[in-house]
Amino acid sequence: MTATAPVFYDDGSHHPQQGTLLGFWLYLMSDCLIFAVLFACYAVLGRSYAAGPSGADLFDLPIVATNTALLLLSSITYGFAMIGMQHGRTKAVLGWLAVTGLFGLGFLSLELFEFAHLIHEGAGPQRSAFLSSFFTLVGTHGLHVTFGCIWLVTLMFQVSKMGLTHENKRRLVCLSMFWHFLDVVWIGVFTFVYLMGVLK
Amino acid sequence: MSAAHDHAAHGHAAHDHHDDIGYHATVKGYAVGFLLSVVLTAIPFWLVMGKVLPASATGVVILAFAAVQMLVHMVYFLHLNAKVEGGWSLLALLFTAALVLIMLSGSIWVMYHMNANMMPMDPQTMRHMP
Repeated sequence: MTATAPVFYDDGSHHPQQGTLLGFWLYLMSDCLIFAVLFACYAVLGRSYAAGPSGADLFDLPIVATNTALLLLSSITYGFAMIGMQHGRTKAVLGWLAVTGLFGLGFLSLELFEFAHLIHEGAGPQRSAFLSSFFTLVGTHGLHVTFGCIWLVTLMFQVSKMGLTHENKRRLVCLSMFWHFLDVVWIGVFTFVYLMGVLK
Repeated sequence: MSAAHDHAAHGHAAHDHHDDIGYHATVKGYAVGFLLSVVLTAIPFWLVMGKVLPASATGVVILAFAAVQMLVHMVYFLHLNAKVEGGWSLLALLFTAALVLIMLSGSIWVMYHMNANMMPMDPQTMRHMP
């Protein structure tokens, strides 16, 4: 060990504001790969009914449409929360976050209702390869939304306790990326799984 | 956490001028994105539920709608463009998209041919497989 102090030629002045947002984006990309694998699984197994029910027998499109609407609405209400954040309005942020959370919970309860209904009809994940891959893909998305809701409530507490500090703003931006990303995944789910499942 | 660390490490005021976190949303952007995504969602549902087109054509059309809607969400909701994080976000997305494309098309292609070359088997026999 020599005693020479290290010299840094990079003084950090050209860095982006912080690495968190890029890092979080990279996390989302890796999450995207998880979903891609599950989509590939579903693409391969989605027609293997094992003489059981198919998507056309099971899927209830009005429920799926309602779920899609809930998720879309939650995206724009989260957007309103972000606009409130930019203007420094704590109450608007908290209000819109609460609305977003309610839409998220509505989505989750409808999805759980759908799952319970399928399992009750004997179309649970163990019935066929199609249903295994269906429950894994849609369930993983639902799990993400669940954690998004928990995160959202946590942030509401933090914002109400500490206000719109720099750290809280950064967290809000991260959750906004997470939330909108889940919406993008849902586009794939409702198109590829539900709509195309009903087609045949 | 990392921002706090950055501040302590560099002691630069440049890191938090105007408390700017590099995020700029507008009401107009969100409204446009929302309206576009409502239209892009409603049409596929209408096509499928109303059985407007033959099934094979509907499949292609709704996949195209999904692709466009994903782009709309990326641009208007995730605020992605070539300038975010000096272009690194877009580069990461393009890399991921390439991987996803190879993986999806490869899996579907390979497994389709596997299935096509399998011995034909009726469900009755399948059920009594070991």
